[in-house]
Amino acid sequence: MKTNTSKLLAFKFAALLAATSGVAEMTPEETGLKIAIESDKRDTGFGDTIVEMEMVLTNRHGESSNRKMKLQTLEGVGDGDKTLITFDEPRDVKGTAFLSYTHKVDADDQWLYLPALKRVKRIASSNKSGPFVGSEFAYEDMTSQEVEKYTYKYVGDADLDGMNCFQIERYPVDPKSGYTRQVGWIDKEYYRVIKIDFYDRKNSLLKTLSFSGYQQYLDKYWRADRAKMVNHQTGKSTELLWKNYKFSNGYTDRDFDQRSLRNAR
Amino acid sequence: MRSRAWKKGLLAISFLITLSLDSAEWSGYTAAETRVFERSPLSDEQKGGVSAALILEPEFYADWKEGDRAFEFIPYFRFDTHDDRRNIIDLRELSYLFVNGDWEVRFGVSKVFWGVAESQHLVDVINQTDLVANPDGEDKLGQQMIQVVRVTDVGDFSLFLLPGFRERTFPGSEGRLRSSRWVDTDRLLYESSAEEGHIDGAIRWFNIIGDFDVGLHYFRGTRRDPLFVPSFDVDGNSIFRPYYEQMNQVGLDLQYTNEGWLFKFEGIARNTSSEEYSAMVGGFEYTLYGIGGSAIDAGVLLEGHFDSRGSNAFNPLNRDLFFGTRLTWNDNVDTALVAGGFVDLDNGSVFARVELERRIGSQHKIEFEVQKLTNIVSRDPFFDLRRDSYAQLSLSQYW
Repeated sequence: MKTNTSKLLAFKFAALLAATSGVAEMTPEETGLKIAIESDKRDTGFGDTIVEMEMVLTNRHGESSNRKMKLQTLEGVGDGDKTLITFDEPRDVKGTAFLSYTHKVDADDQWLYLPALKRVKRIASSNKSGPFVGSEFAYEDMTSQEVEKYTYKYVGDADLDGMNCFQIERYPVDPKSGYTRQVGWIDKEYYRVIKIDFYDRKNSLLKTLSFSGYQQYLDKYWRADRAKMVNHQTGKSTELLWKNYKFSNGYTDRDFDQRSLRNAR
Repeated sequence: MRSRAWKKGLLAISFLITLSLDSAEWSGYTAAETRVFERSPLSDEQKGGVSAALILEPEFYADWKEGDRAFEFIPYFRFDTHDDRRNIIDLRELSYLFVNGDWEVRFGVSKVFWGVAESQHLVDVINQTDLVANPDGEDKLGQQMIQVVRVTDVGDFSLFLLPGFRERTFPGSEGRLRSSRWVDTDRLLYESSAEEGHIDGAIRWFNIIGDFDVGLHYFRGTRRDPLFVPSFDVDGNSIFRPYYEQMNQVGLDLQYTNEGWLFKFEGIARNTSSEEYSAMVGGFEYTLYGIGGSAIDAGVLLEGHFDSRGSNAFNPLNRDLFFGTRLTWNDNVDTALVAGGFVDLDNGSVFARVELERRIGSQHKIEFEVQKLTNIVSRDPFFDLRRDSYAQLSLSQYW
């Protein structure tokens, strides 16, 4: 009789639990994904941009070198963005251009234009974790961040730079990624990425990326004017400075094809 | 009075043009090159010792309408201490580009590159090779052209009208890296009575189909690589007279890209008055990224060359294998090394090249190059170069 009662109680308790969990919060994974989707949604519709970018590469001794480039982006509809980067300085690489078609799921398509030979060369894009032009930014850091490229977990809330933020962990889907996980801080008000910690393949803290100087464009889209990537393991850092952001340029696929790569300046 | 008004008018116009331009700028480089040979020259006519060259290649670029209209001017100057046939003044580029939606027109003197292979640019037929600028054959002379491109959903279609021919540059009698009979470019021969005024033409289709980049072309006109007619110069020395035939050529270039693999193929089929043959180059490039946990990428290249003419081919790459490696340091000074060699599968001769480069400071670049020939047998087209293995250092300043 006792066992029967406890079994019944256990059953009733389980039934009660099942009923309430349907009403309770989502899992941290679901919350993380929801935040990532919202952050992506806030930036959807930007259309196209062109911006001047300066890259300051500093080694552990504090010596620095500069790169200057122009970055054009065409927002992908149903797929990733198209990017065309034209290098201006140092002068020996002036005229070199890099074209990338990011895909949500498949490997990216990438081409390089070499001005001395006037040659367009398609390159393998499996080098996601390699440094982009010798900087602390990897190729996977530079190409468009699609929601599908990661799985997520909401870790908690945190205050950062006077902003109330969501703290999210995200795990790259592609096994070729150089990271096991990334921890990101997204501000609650505008869903902008404020900081990301990158963990390498051994799950040690590798780099930290901080964005600052966010400006709003077209009353909707936020773009930082500064980003700094610090590599904790090597002591090197790369600072990105964006200048003269322009939206609504009327770009089409035609501005991101082989001909425009060949004509890029 | 009138000339003052003209001057004012001209100034005003140039000012207005500059205002409406999106950008107009000068850039370019100056380079100093020195070359040291392993052994003394084969013949008495050739100058021995360390040779040097000075190169100047400025560039003027202007565009407007957000790049839909562009003007480019690139003259090239080379001065050589040892070989006056290596003194060059060329117009690499003087062209106007007009882009309107899916149509593009470029006219003037320009350069066009076709192809995917690394060790031989078999389908790259439009521009003439400037053998004097670098013996590797990668430098090209400017080519007069009217190029019309139509971009469609099924690929880019280009039509070329080439009103005029550029002859290939060759070292002179005092120069090294030449055949034992030197090529006298003053005494050239043409099949066509129009000579260098012959109007050549080409059409090309190019498309990206998934992981494939494909190009197909047809060329009709003056063959860029000359045949050589043995003769004698005024002093009775044996020379070659370059003979430029007419030809019809079809060609295909194809690259398949997958993960770290690049598979490449180029093939041509040619029909001239004197011969009919085909040639191809194919192979792969595989890159290992971040070797040993460093940032260095190491690429392995392997390409096979085949010419249907067999040992009759004047082309030294008739049955050869090219193997090479490309190392990219991915550092902030863009250090890169390419090393490779050709092995002739018929006679075992080896032709190897190493090129190393890096930037110094923000404006300078240093390039080191070594070319070495070994095991060259007498019937190999490279036989005359057997004493001309060299090392070259060049320092360039970019602005």
